[in-house]
Amino acid sequence: MGKAWVFESSIDTDMLAPGPYMKFGIDEIARHCLEAVDPGFASQVQPGDVVIGPRNFGLGSSREQAPAALRHLGVAAVLAPSFSGLFYRNAINVGQLVLECPEAASIRTGDDIEVDATNGLVRNNTTGAVIGCAPVPPHLLTMINAGGLLPWLEQRIARGELQTR
Amino acid sequence: MGQTLTEKLVARACGQTTVTPGDLVTCKVDLAMMHDSGGPRRVKPMLERLGARVWDPDRVVVITDHYVPATDDDSRQIVATARDWVQTAGIRRFHDGIGICHVVLAEQGHLRPGLFAVGGDSHSPTGGAFGCYMFGIGATEMLGVLVTGEIWLRVPQTIRLDWRGQLTHGLSAKDMMLAMCARLGMDGGRYQSIEYAGEAVRALGMQERMTLSNMAAELGAQAGIIEADATTRAFLAAAGLTDVDIDPWRGDADAVPAEHHAFDADSLAPHAAAPHSPANSAPIGDHGKVDIDVAYIGACTGAKLVDLRMAAEVLRGRRIAAGMRLLVGPATAQDEAQARHEGTLGALLDAGAELLPNACGACAGYGAWRFEAGTRVIASTARNFKGRMGSSSAEIWLGSPYTVAAAAVTGALTDPRLLLDRAPGLTDRGN
Repeated sequence: MGKAWVFESSIDTDMLAPGPYMKFGIDEIARHCLEAVDPGFASQVQPGDVVIGPRNFGLGSSREQAPAALRHLGVAAVLAPSFSGLFYRNAINVGQLVLECPEAASIRTGDDIEVDATNGLVRNNTTGAVIGCAPVPPHLLTMINAGGLLPWLEQRIARGELQTR
Repeated sequence: MGQTLTEKLVARACGQTTVTPGDLVTCKVDLAMMHDSGGPRRVKPMLERLGARVWDPDRVVVITDHYVPATDDDSRQIVATARDWVQTAGIRRFHDGIGICHVVLAEQGHLRPGLFAVGGDSHSPTGGAFGCYMFGIGATEMLGVLVTGEIWLRVPQTIRLDWRGQLTHGLSAKDMMLAMCARLGMDGGRYQSIEYAGEAVRALGMQERMTLSNMAAELGAQAGIIEADATTRAFLAAAGLTDVDIDPWRGDADAVPAEHHAFDADSLAPHAAAPHSPANSAPIGDHGKVDIDVAYIGACTGAKLVDLRMAAEVLRGRRIAAGMRLLVGPATAQDEAQARHEGTLGALLDAGAELLPNACGACAGYGAWRFEAGTRVIASTARNFKGRMGSSSAEIWLGSPYTVAAAAVTGALTDPRLLLDRAPGLTDRGN
């Protein structure tokens, strides 16, 4: 359960991970996440909160610091009608849950949101509405649940499924 | 039913005779390209955590361009990490400070038709101009490739963008691209594979084809492919590749793309994109009067030799407007040397251009060159997101190199055809 942060204008990677901070680590980048559209977001967002955006969320660069900054801030899920393909892959790889929700725009800032990724359901506890989302493909859900591609590779190496030369 | 070129490229890479769009497949990677920002500084610590090594160092290319030249200790460290890591990882294909990765990759002969390639940058679809399947990935996904030599893919649908007719003088691939962004939008590519085709595409030289493939990213496609032909073969021969077999890498005549869009080159007018999206593109005449402070010829999209030649055609014998700044950052050292040799660079400098290094520069928005609050810029680059290249109150417009040069002369958004009285054909630009 977390609070909804709704962004109505287009959200690109450069807003999520601004260029001037890209030379730093994720701590510093996350401090500036989305500051161009909401200067208070990074300091006020709480672990478990949910980010809602418009279609083609995360368009732009290949920088995975864009979804990594959201994960670093504790964002439980990003909901949008559609995602940039590159952002979507990066989000999975860094362990940030993202769900395609055609009706994401029905959520208002401050609504209390609960996300059930396995069944692709989003419950709006403020309005009582339940929104259906496209379920995350099983091979990707496994990776998110592992914490992202790096821990997933670590587990596969530990199980002897993967040779490291 | 036959297979599209996209399907043939993916099928070969995943070891199947045919593929069906929508299927999940695992592909073997022929080439992995990284730059200094998303490359060594990010993958090195992750490889160490896994105790893993690069699966095949000869399939990896590293190019420094984002933090070049380094301007402070942080950026110096990032570039130094790249230099050290290629040594320890045994990567011989390392290009340090000679230009922007997507342009260097082609120029140095690393691309050839049939390859399945990934790059650690969103403009990696540029490689598609050579009949490769190439797409951008993030640093952690690159780690996966470096460890396993493989990557998963949902077999893309093919979206065919067909250009009939011929561009007229003063028009370029960039105008075609902006017109496609206007019609299809920044998610029109749906993360599928675009194939650019038709008479007007075949008439383009390789560097302009690269502009089309490069900005497949702005259409939201995963890849942007162009079938190889005699033009491709000639470019590759000049880059030292003489044994290239292009015949297997054509789509079947009876292949049916999932989507097909037709465009007309004959009637295309020069386009410009208003802030803050390439999709805000329209013919220049539709934008009304727009005063411009800075003109920027730069980046992988808009500062290759062919782009410098277009700008020079407008600027030769002219001076930039009073109070205007014209910044020119040639995409590679080799392109700059040729431009200098043939007088193209001289024409730009005589007109009042300031020369920037062969690197991503202001386009990446990472540091040294950022546009100030309230500045209105027109750039030959790929994207004009709010705040990307500087202050969020800077306004970035996009146009072709002809259009950027014309704005430099007049101080306002201008149809470059008004400044081009001669009428050389496309062949005048070469490349």
